[in-house]
Order: sequence, then C-alpha cells, then structure tokens
Amino acid sequence: MTASTTALPATPQTLAQKLIARACAREAVAVGEIVTCKVDMAMFHDSSGPRRLQPMLEELGAQIWDRSKIVLVMDHYVPERDDDSRRIVRIARDWARDQQLPHVYDSQGICHVVVPQHGHIRPGMLCVGGDSHSPTGGAFGAYMFGIGSTEMLGVVVSGQIWLRVPETIQMWWDGRLPAGVTAKDMMLHMLSRFGMNGGRYQAVEFCGPAVQALSMQERMTLSNMSAELGGQVGLIAPDATTSAFLAEAGAPAVDTAPWFTDEGADLTRHRFDASTLEPYVAAPHSPANAHGVSHYLGTPVDVAYIGACTGAKLEDLRAAAQVLHGHRVAAGVRLIVAPASLRDQERAREEGVLQSLLDAGAELYPTACGACSGYGDPMGDDITVISTTARNFKGRMGSPTAQVYLGSPYTVAAAALRGCVTDPREVLQ
Amino acid sequence: MTGATTHRVWRLGADVDTDALAPGHAMKHGIDVIARHCLEAVRPEFAREVRAGDVIVAGPNFGIGSSREQAAAVLVQLGVAAVIAPSYGGLYFRNAFNLGLLLLTCAEAESLKDGDRVVLDVAQPSVLAPEGRTLACEPVPDFLMDMVRAGGLMKQLRQRFGKERTQP
Repeated sequence: MTASTTALPATPQTLAQKLIARACAREAVAVGEIVTCKVDMAMFHDSSGPRRLQPMLEELGAQIWDRSKIVLVMDHYVPERDDDSRRIVRIARDWARDQQLPHVYDSQGICHVVVPQHGHIRPGMLCVGGDSHSPTGGAFGAYMFGIGSTEMLGVVVSGQIWLRVPETIQMWWDGRLPAGVTAKDMMLHMLSRFGMNGGRYQAVEFCGPAVQALSMQERMTLSNMSAELGGQVGLIAPDATTSAFLAEAGAPAVDTAPWFTDEGADLTRHRFDASTLEPYVAAPHSPANAHGVSHYLGTPVDVAYIGACTGAKLEDLRAAAQVLHGHRVAAGVRLIVAPASLRDQERAREEGVLQSLLDAGAELYPTACGACSGYGDPMGDDITVISTTARNFKGRMGSPTAQVYLGSPYTVAAAALRGCVTDPREVLQ
Repeated sequence: MTGATTHRVWRLGADVDTDALAPGHAMKHGIDVIARHCLEAVRPEFAREVRAGDVIVAGPNFGIGSSREQAAAVLVQLGVAAVIAPSYGGLYFRNAFNLGLLLLTCAEAESLKDGDRVVLDVAQPSVLAPEGRTLACEPVPDFLMDMVRAGGLMKQLRQRFGKERTQP
C-alpha cells in the first residue's frame, strides 16, 4: 500500500465537489473555482436540439465529439399538429439518421423520464441536458444540469463545459411522509419557504431519512423541480434504490459507494419534518406561491391535468387512480391524463391503473410534453386548471388568462373528483 | 462595447421569467417572430417601442424558468444593450453570455426608474444614475467579457474552427 492510496483529501468534500472533481480529473475542487469538465452524456430534444444545432454545426464545419454520448428525444412537438411542428420533428429525424445517432427515443415519452428509464444517467457521471428540468439526473447521483442550445453546440463539438464549483445547500428531511403526501408536496413546501431563486444556482442536495425512503420516481420529482428552486443541480446520494432502478433499466452495474457528502463538509443545511407535512398547492402564477392545501379548499376548477415529467410517471398515475378508482369526476370538470412515457403508460395499463382513470372520465393525451409548456393542445382563456406539472407561470400552459394551480397527483385527482380544490386525504380510499 | 455609453431604461419588476421573454406559443417560429411577442404578457408595448441601445433594468431573478436561450436571443434581436438586475436565473446567465448579451449584477438596480437615462461603464463595471449616483456592479469574469466582445460563443467557435481548417 502506497501513501497516495491511503491519503485522504485535505478537507471534507460535498457530493457536488466529488462529482465535479472526477469530471475535471482532480483530487478535489474548492467552492468558487471555475473548472473545465469532461461531459459523459449530453441529452437534448426536438425543440432545443437538432433544429438549432444542425445549422450551427454545418456553419462551423464541425463534427460531433462522440456520438455514443449523445441522447436525442423527440417529446416537445410530437405528435405533430401543424406544418411548423412537422418541420421541426422532421429536422430531428433526418439529423438523427444522417449522424447515425445510436441513442434516439422518438415519441416514447418525456426526455427526463425516458433517458433514465434506459439507463443513460448513472452515479458519478457529469451530464448536460438541453432543457431546464435536466437536474432530474441528480436523482441518480449524477451532476446533471440544463444548458441552452448555443452552449450545447459547444459541448457537442468539444465534449467539455465550464463550471463554477457551487456551494451546497442541503435539504435534510427527517421523519417519513404520511399517506397522500408526496415528493411534489415536499418541493412546493420548499419553494414556499425559499422562493424561485432560493437555490442561487448552487448545488441543492436532498437527504435525510424521508428522502432515502422515497422511490426512484419520487426522487426524480424532487430533483426535477430543483430547477424551480433555482439550483444548478438537485443531487441525491445514490443507494440500493438507485442500483435496483438502474439494473431494471438495463444499465451496466454501478458503484454507488464513492458518491456521498463527507461528514464535516462545508455546506448550508435546512431541516424539515416530513411526518408533519400536509399536501401543498401553488396558486397562480408562480410555483413558489404555495401554501398548505387548506388555504385553497373549495376553489372551483375546470380542468384537472395529470401530465409532465414531474407529475405523470407510473407512481403519479397510481396515486391519481387511488383517489379516482370506482368514481366519476365531478360534472363539468375535464380530467386530462398525459402519461410521462410509453413504458409508464403500458405498466399503468397492465396494472389496471389506466382503466381506473379512464372509467373516472379521463381523456388520454399523448405521452409528450404537451400542455405543460404550451405545446400540443394548450389551455384556453379564463379557465381554472389544477395541474401536476412543474410551472404555472402566466401564459405557460396557453392563455395568459388561464389560472393554473399546481399540486400532487393525489391533490389534482381529488380536485377532479369534487370539482374544487380538496384535501386528498379526505377522499383517499 | 468599450468606454462609457448612455442608454434609456425599460424598468421591469422581479421574477421576469423565460415564458414572458419568449412565450411558448411563439417558440416554433424564428427569432424575429418570437421577438415580436417578447414580454407581451407583462409589458405589451415593449417589443414595438424598444430601440437599439436601450437597457432593461429589473428586480431580482431576471430570466428564471426554462433553458430556452431564445429568451436571451430576443433581447439581442431587439438591440437591447444590457440587462441590469440584482440577480439572474443561473441558466439565463449562461445563455445570455453565450449569445453575447451583457448582464450586469447590480444590488441597487431597483433604484432606477422607467425612462431614466443611465451611463454604463463596462470596464468598471458600473451604472451612473441620472442624479449622479454611481451604482457598483459585480465584476464579470474575463472569459465571459471576451464572449460578449466577440458577440457570443458561436462567433468564438467560428474563429476557432475557421483557424483549424486553414491550418492543416
């Protein structure tokens, strides 16, 4: 045994620092340093990807640095509804074929769900995504963050990206979530407390017994909405839950052991108690405009929308079905269900979850981003929507006069059942 | 952008998000069309009346939301010279510099008013307010300032790849 293998780093490191140090081939990195990292995986979709990258690549006369590290997902403009969306999706398909990209998921579901479901995001990696909800990858112990198309071009031609080593803000959750309360409620609670830039573009890390007890899909919801908290990443130290999910996804075996925050590392910690958390609802027009559901009880709704990467995965669909099974939605309420991926939709079908939702009166929408971001079939004027999506900015889901509330799939399903904002714990079977 | 220059202020509030800057319904179009819808939900006359060289002054968290860089590109398209705000969405910050749009982080930005004429000294960087006060801004790292001077990352890459092709 040599001295170099037994030497410990001089100062304890956070998970974020360890991930960045690996990606820039250093022993350790200090907060505030600007470093250049190697990118292990770059993901983009039809909206942010080929239609912007292809002309820029051509103009440069440059080549993709490593095709095996690129994942392309068609999820924003599918299914194609007009000439513009047909043109955008055709550019993506043609480019994928011309470039012979090995990893392309066309109309399979939303990138933040499909890419992990195929094992592309693993502990220890440094990944970028051409979408703001890319921090979802942090749920797997990867340093993954969103970038714009021009910066993605830089990655695609060089395989590298610069980073400022962030501070770490730990969200430590004690206790265990009660029935009918979810990761979405945890996140809306944190947003109500810290606001939309509370993360200050630093590394947010979710930990504590209540986080360890969460399933992989629930962890993905937390990490996903680190974007709303304003963090660059939303990390969760990987464990046996992570390994089991990735094994099922067909990923190569992973080593989760190195990826945790050292005792004594320099960070800011906020503490929460999951066991006393109530369902949370965000009112128009900000995810941070959130309070306990009791604050909004009785607010009438026209549309209940169960969709998006952060609200229509298999477990979200199960939660909604738990509320709605054997019932019909209230008269005059439209319940829209847009599963996050085809795989989740098929599993929900096999389990009877999808049938419960359809029997309750749900309209099944395509497994795509859809109305979450004003694509597909957006929301009309003056209607009130309660939605499992991540954002309720004015006009985001369609009309600027639409009033959009956000809640967990339990809460959205309960509102569909009663026709107004309802505490889901009252109606859970 | 060198030396001190004078600019008219468009004063916006806090939390101006990327959907306000580049609305989702316009995203399927080119940047010229998206620019016509810029800020329509919060300041309907902006896209029509903004002039090249104007600056945006806003409250905290300018550009929070999506990664769509069109939210920065619209301001370049409309000729906005700089944005001055106490803080920015982190993604927006990267995107803006990548597109050559200068963002100045200024704790006292909110003391400026709509229609004010301000003098920017990018070398400092600082903002000179109408009544003669100087508002300090956080320093911008050199490599980001180089990106603004070059007109964005794409122009830098063009120089790099252009050189590589001419030097075998």
